[in-house]
Amino acid sequence: MFFGWNKVSKNAHLISTWLVAIGTNLSALWILVANAWMQYPVGMAFNPDSARNEMVDFWAVLFSPVAINKFIHTVTNGYVLASIVVIGISAWYLLHKREEEFARKSIKTSAVFGLVSLLVLIWSGDGSSVQVAKKQPMKLAAMEGLYKGQKGTPIIVAGILNPGKSVKDIADNPIKYESEDAFVFKISIPQGLSLLVDRKTNTFVPGIEDILKGGYTYLDKDGIPKIAPPIEERMAKGKLAVEGLALYQKARLAGDEEGKGLAYSQLMDNFDHFGYGYIEKPTDVIPNVPLTFYAFHIMIMLGIYFLLFFIITLYMEKKAIISKHRWFLYLAIISIPLVYICSQAGWVVAEVGRQPWTIQDLLPVGAAVSGVDPGAVRTTILLFFILFTALLIAELGIIFKVIKKGPGA
Amino acid sequence: MLNILQQYWWVIVSLLGALLVFLMFVQGGQSLLFGTVKSKEEKTLLVNALGHKWELTFTTLVTFGGAIFASFPLYYSTSFGGAYWLWMTILFLFVIQAVSYEFRSKAGNFLGAKTYETFLFLNGMFGTILIGVAVGTFFTGGAFIMNKSSITNTLQPTISYWTNNYHGLEAITVPFNMLMGIVVYFAARTLGLLYIIMQIDFEPLAKKAKNQIKITGPAFVLAFVALLLSLFTMTGYHVNPENGFISAVRYKYLFNMTELIWPFIMLFTGVILVIGGLANTLFGKGKGSFYITGAGVVLAVWSLLICAAFNNTAFFVSTVDIQNSLTLQNSSSSEFTLKVMAYASLMVPFVFAYIVYVWRAMTKVKMSNEDLLKPDTHKY
Repeated sequence: MFFGWNKVSKNAHLISTWLVAIGTNLSALWILVANAWMQYPVGMAFNPDSARNEMVDFWAVLFSPVAINKFIHTVTNGYVLASIVVIGISAWYLLHKREEEFARKSIKTSAVFGLVSLLVLIWSGDGSSVQVAKKQPMKLAAMEGLYKGQKGTPIIVAGILNPGKSVKDIADNPIKYESEDAFVFKISIPQGLSLLVDRKTNTFVPGIEDILKGGYTYLDKDGIPKIAPPIEERMAKGKLAVEGLALYQKARLAGDEEGKGLAYSQLMDNFDHFGYGYIEKPTDVIPNVPLTFYAFHIMIMLGIYFLLFFIITLYMEKKAIISKHRWFLYLAIISIPLVYICSQAGWVVAEVGRQPWTIQDLLPVGAAVSGVDPGAVRTTILLFFILFTALLIAELGIIFKVIKKGPGA
Repeated sequence: MLNILQQYWWVIVSLLGALLVFLMFVQGGQSLLFGTVKSKEEKTLLVNALGHKWELTFTTLVTFGGAIFASFPLYYSTSFGGAYWLWMTILFLFVIQAVSYEFRSKAGNFLGAKTYETFLFLNGMFGTILIGVAVGTFFTGGAFIMNKSSITNTLQPTISYWTNNYHGLEAITVPFNMLMGIVVYFAARTLGLLYIIMQIDFEPLAKKAKNQIKITGPAFVLAFVALLLSLFTMTGYHVNPENGFISAVRYKYLFNMTELIWPFIMLFTGVILVIGGLANTLFGKGKGSFYITGAGVVLAVWSLLICAAFNNTAFFVSTVDIQNSLTLQNSSSSEFTLKVMAYASLMVPFVFAYIVYVWRAMTKVKMSNEDLLKPDTHKY
């Protein structure tokens, strides 16, 4: 694409450009399908002979509802991010009274593209929350700072968590835990969370405590109502599953067919809880609540801000008054770092919120690590930090120079 | 069927490895940035001529890694998680390469052109040698323990782990691995010089490249002969296809060549093409030498990598306990996964045809200083 001018025909160059665009989106698709599978493992079966999950249905993996939502959500996030960056840079030109026609055209195109993308982004975000409620209830509880569930659960619009309330106290200091409120301050919409995740105002949404203790009704993957077991029970069943696998392998080596059959039954009867076999205590299944909560709410608030921002941009563009409002131009520039923060906050929710699981319910991170010692990993992270910081400075330096030169340079 | 799919994917992975060694002419060219190529003008021409191709090498490296990850995941986790520092060093050397092309000539690049040229040089020198060292471990193995039942031990569930704290850096001290690294380096440098002769329209640089190849070309051939002698006299490890028992066999790789025959024919043809390509440059007009030598390198490396695993050979030997060694049978993905991947691989010829088309379009005219001055040129 870069070098093709005058070397291939115009059509070939156009096709190359399209292939780059399609290729990058396809690349995102496969990465996000892999990520979605870890959040909601489908299309696979556990093979006790090879001691691993193996794919049995490619299409179930590809078209998993979590994968579809995640792909649309992430890609449209990229489109919104690009739109905000273009608007911000164009605003800089307008502030400096340079490239004005080019800047206004860029703003108009980006605002339309950004708004449409953002609407799809919000729609897929809504879909994601429904999926999270069904498949990763602990993540949803952490996102909302929800310790105790109720029928008609309110949704937190904004809030400050009480740092005195710690999930560790659930086991260590239950009296202190009970006496502390979850929030120092909060603004909430009654029944909002129930409505969001189940489209009904009186649905019970389990909180962290409920998930630990079990006893509430939920729908399993086949849509059948079930009573949620306490985490301790899941841990016991998980240990049975892991033990079943060990017994199966032992029986296989000994050629004991009957023992193999019994062990296989023990494994598969408890397989849905396999990962809990590695969990040491029930509270280990709770992710970092403050980080997940704040990341989620920063993302939502910034998302609402960008919606307003695009609408105002389009309005001002239609009225041809953008250049007259310097505050707006500054706002557009400030929006560039904000959109990156929003995007990263979304990933924090997705990845911190699913802890401790590498693969939801089946493999906790503690059982998925390689044998490299922590010192080596720390050194690597430090090296990455130094190298990538230097490269970021270089990248920003180059970008600022290019912007200063302008599109004609 | 599983057996066929495992072999099919090893052939593809080996081909990708062979293509990678060929495409590392980019690294070979970069290794000339200090010493051989001195003036700013020459450096800019060289970096730009290589810059049109570096992404192809990079994506082939990623595809090679990705194909191994998908088809032989236990090798990927054992080697990457175990020989950690070797692979991390390679990774860092390739990260600094990628940005150097994009940043080198841009205003405001913070570190200055010289730093990015140094990055390219480091990648060209040590990236090639270390990739060679890593490939060498297909024949010499590593100090790991592998036990699939580990997952049932909740206190130590890691399936494979390295048994020393050097985490792969010790592979550099194994003479065969180092010899492989030197061979890959000389191959890359030889091809880099041939690429300069073919692609850059600047007589002083072409003259230097022609002088250089008189030393580098024969050095490559001699190092490769030494590698073959070492490989064919070394002990390999045979896996019993019935029960998976692994045992040491003297001259295993020589037997693999003679028993299978077709890899030997590939190797022989490859060597002839390499020597022919070099002779064409040294004693003839040199037309097509880059492609002839390159085809020879691909065939030779491909045949060696095939011999690393075919004919019931353990391709990643555990030096701690040979029964823990990795074979095509015990390290591959499931039959279903390999089948899905095999369907996806049917797209490869189309991708390859596109690459050939674009390559031809970009290399049919030599690059000159005038080209770099054109206003719509993307300059590195």
